Amino acid sequence: MTTEPLQPVIRCHALYKIFGVNSDQLEKNNQGLIDPSYKKRPGVVTAVNNVSLEINRGELLVVMGLSGSGKSTLIRCLSRLIESTSGTIEIEGQNLLEMNEKELIELRRNKMGMVFQNFALLPHRTVLENIAFPLQMRGIKRAAYVERARKMIELVELGGRENSFPRELSGGQQQRVGIARSLAVEPDIWFLDEPFSALDPLIRKEMQDEFLRLQSLLKKTIAFITHDFDEALKIADRIAVMYEGNVEQVGTPEEIVLNPATDYVKKFTSDVPREKVLTAGSVMDARDGQENLSEKSVSVNARVETIAEYVLGQNNAVPVTDEHDQVIGVLHQQKVLEILFSGKSTL
Amino acid sequence: MKELLLKGLRPEQRFKGLLVVIAVLAVLLIGKTLNLVPDFLDELPQHSSRSSHDIRQNNLSYEELVPVGLMLDTGFYFLRDDLGLMHVTRFLGRSLKSLIEIFQNILMGGRKGFGFDAPPWTALLVIALVTGYALKGWRLALLAGGTVSYFAIFGLWKYSMQTLSLLMASVPISIAIGLVLGIMCYRKKSLENVLLPLLGVMQTVPHFAYLIPVFVFFGVGTQTGVIATIIFAVPPMVRLTLLGLKKIPPEIVEAGKMSGCTSRQLMFRVQLPTARNEIMLGVNQVIMQCLAMVVIAAFIGADGLGFRLLNKLNTLKLGASAEIGIAIVLLAVVLDRLSRAWAEKKRDYTANLPLYQRYKYPIILVSLLTITYIASSYFPVLYKISKNLDITFAPQWDGLIDWVVVNFDAEIEGFRYFVIGNLLSPMRDALLFAPFISVMLFVAGIGLLLGGYYSALLTLAFLVFIGMAGWWDRAMITAYMVLFATFICIVIGIPLGIWSAIKVKRAKTALFWCDTFQTFPSFIYIIPVIMLFQVNDFSAIMCVILYSMVPAVRYTIEGLKSVPVDLHEAVTMAGCNKRQRLFQLELPLALPHIMLGVNQTVMFAFSMVIIAAWVGTIDLGQAIFGSLSESDIGKGVTLGLCVSFMALLVDHLINRWVRERRALLGMG
Repeated sequence: MTTEPLQPVIRCHALYKIFGVNSDQLEKNNQGLIDPSYKKRPGVVTAVNNVSLEINRGELLVVMGLSGSGKSTLIRCLSRLIESTSGTIEIEGQNLLEMNEKELIELRRNKMGMVFQNFALLPHRTVLENIAFPLQMRGIKRAAYVERARKMIELVELGGRENSFPRELSGGQQQRVGIARSLAVEPDIWFLDEPFSALDPLIRKEMQDEFLRLQSLLKKTIAFITHDFDEALKIADRIAVMYEGNVEQVGTPEEIVLNPATDYVKKFTSDVPREKVLTAGSVMDARDGQENLSEKSVSVNARVETIAEYVLGQNNAVPVTDEHDQVIGVLHQQKVLEILFSGKSTL
Repeated sequence: MKELLLKGLRPEQRFKGLLVVIAVLAVLLIGKTLNLVPDFLDELPQHSSRSSHDIRQNNLSYEELVPVGLMLDTGFYFLRDDLGLMHVTRFLGRSLKSLIEIFQNILMGGRKGFGFDAPPWTALLVIALVTGYALKGWRLALLAGGTVSYFAIFGLWKYSMQTLSLLMASVPISIAIGLVLGIMCYRKKSLENVLLPLLGVMQTVPHFAYLIPVFVFFGVGTQTGVIATIIFAVPPMVRLTLLGLKKIPPEIVEAGKMSGCTSRQLMFRVQLPTARNEIMLGVNQVIMQCLAMVVIAAFIGADGLGFRLLNKLNTLKLGASAEIGIAIVLLAVVLDRLSRAWAEKKRDYTANLPLYQRYKYPIILVSLLTITYIASSYFPVLYKISKNLDITFAPQWDGLIDWVVVNFDAEIEGFRYFVIGNLLSPMRDALLFAPFISVMLFVAGIGLLLGGYYSALLTLAFLVFIGMAGWWDRAMITAYMVLFATFICIVIGIPLGIWSAIKVKRAKTALFWCDTFQTFPSFIYIIPVIMLFQVNDFSAIMCVILYSMVPAVRYTIEGLKSVPVDLHEAVTMAGCNKRQRLFQLELPLALPHIMLGVNQTVMFAFSMVIIAAWVGTIDLGQAIFGSLSESDIGKGVTLGLCVSFMALLVDHLINRWVRERRALLGMG
């Protein structure tokens, strides 16, 4: 989205996770691709099938897929909670899969944080002790970890609940603890495995907003798993859509909605309200120089949803400007109406 | 046919299969009455009355098909004498003995108790009161304090302190071993696969069969009692530790890993604390098992309440026995309640409390203890209640028993004769009459129907072992007693459970009593039965029934209670009345759980039938007692295995059915 040089923090190439086979038995070609003949064997499940991805610094990549699509397995391969069958994973240029136990623990203690679907709080520890847990594992002194944990409690707005046990908290509060714990060591990389799926819809929305607020402050490199396409559209810089272990398409929300790469992706995009995804830039027409334009212009990056009311209130076409206030196109009322009411027929 | 061999018959075809199996049985039975069954399929040679040792020393011939006992005997003596295991075990025994002596001397005064005098009995009373109050409140405090006072007032102080010191030695050791083994099993699946079946055998071999090898290796005495106790108490601890660790949601382990735990940090700071509930339940089980075994270990010379009880029972001083029995029951109930209250205790993280409030209970305890020490030096009765002040109700108890015997003898005798003559004897004769091959085919046939060739071969192997070892007839007598007891327990226990489950409050009361009865050490059940029915085989059966009834009731209540509420609502809205609801919904859904209860009843019956042999039967149990007094390892262990295998056979078949049924009902 930005023009500065992108620096991948996480890069995986030709990643496979196949359950039910021994990795030595698989035949690979020189690009690391596995001969698909193994699939015929009984009891074999391919959870992650030849996935290559990059996540750039400060980027929020959402991996979207329904249950059984392999998205949870993928995130556990990237955090090496499970061993991949084949492929490479680089974390800031280091080969993750060749790290020994000690290096891996060091990496997790300093660079990684993870949030879980069912919160995964330790039942015997209070809120403060749960948040301090990763710090204690690092052997940090008591005064230091208590102070740090208190800061995290403030960050997730749980002040006053320090001494509560997880069972005494609501789901939303528990996940705030989970988030605080995962951020306690100030990780660069943040894994979130369906963090809001177990919450009620209202709480979920609140937590999504909270999450966006935190991310705007912290600018972590994030892999975020969800089965909720709306959630993906709402928060993602880029989305990777997974189906049966394959990544069907990777792209910005707009790219995915406008140009679904496969029929499977199309199924998700067909119901999406276009105005929520499309920007002025993607639906504008070229300026023909003759027509009258309205006075005020709209930004090329503005979502149609946010400018529709203004555009429809004008008698003339609305100019679309880029970052440098140059008019690069015009938006016609007809186009906006099509998007709002019969988007499917035109797009 | 192939499916039959691999998985057994499908449920809907099983009835037909059962008819076939019954037909085979019937043919063989009719054949036997017409003298058509050849002898080698009818009778198995039985074990002689000689001891293995005798046979081995004098090269006498044996009569059973395979001299299992002799082989085991040779093996054990090889281990003990030729490999010198004896030195190791005796060393272990000596260390344990010193440990127990330390505890005994702390409690009762003496050289090894760091030179201190025995604490006044009121000091223990104060400890019991404060602990009870701190853990749960006044009622538990009164129960614990009352129990300590009972020991002191009824002149049982010495014996109860001996028992307590046995527990103090065996409980921590059992917990430690159980935890370590449980963790190892969790980490290494292959170890689990080896250890779990072994634990199954360990838990079903009757207590008395353990005692023989243990005292051959460790000698007679208190330390031997502790070893036997530990062997018996470890399996539930291992199982519950493993269960707790396995139940941890994978996400919690992952969260631990992502927090940067090393594997040791993961185990001690994430996994074990998360499995806390199961582990604490294990601790509770260990205490209960230890207490049960402490009584039984009296047979090989362990001091304490059990030894005293055995003495009194042997001389038929029933009143005194009852008093000791009550002491043991009180001790069991108190320890159970205390350990459970401790397990359920919610920890308070009240970091901001002032010092004196945070250490409220220790401070109260220390000050009260100081008071008792000072007070008891002025008033000796607070230190020790001397013999002439002891209270006993033994004469009154004896009077009561005499009164019952005098007034109800005719009724009791009549009842006894009726049951023996019309139910027990015919059943026993039928089982002994049946050719062994018919029993084997019948059981293996049921195994085949339920679980295919694996179950058939397993059950057959169990029975073949018993037959080969030369204990078939006695095993049949044991089997008939267990079958009869189970039958009675089902007939009484399940309806009782159904009746209790109708009302929530009633169910709660019933479960409370089930809990309480289950904490009684098994040996205790013998006392009231002897009081009523004297010493004979009828009493033995009554003991078994009394003891095994509890799980039948408890599991029925639990099973009925576990039926989901929305299903209740669904059938009620479909217009079911209460009876329809019971028969159409609740019983079918609860049946797998009820069958687990029946399984437990059978397990309890097998364990009790051996203990009850002490009051007179002629089954495997009586033979085990025989080998105990002859210290015949081979015979004793073989007999133990025979009992264990019969129990495991039933356990396998019922569990097989329950698992399948649950899968079918979608209950995981």
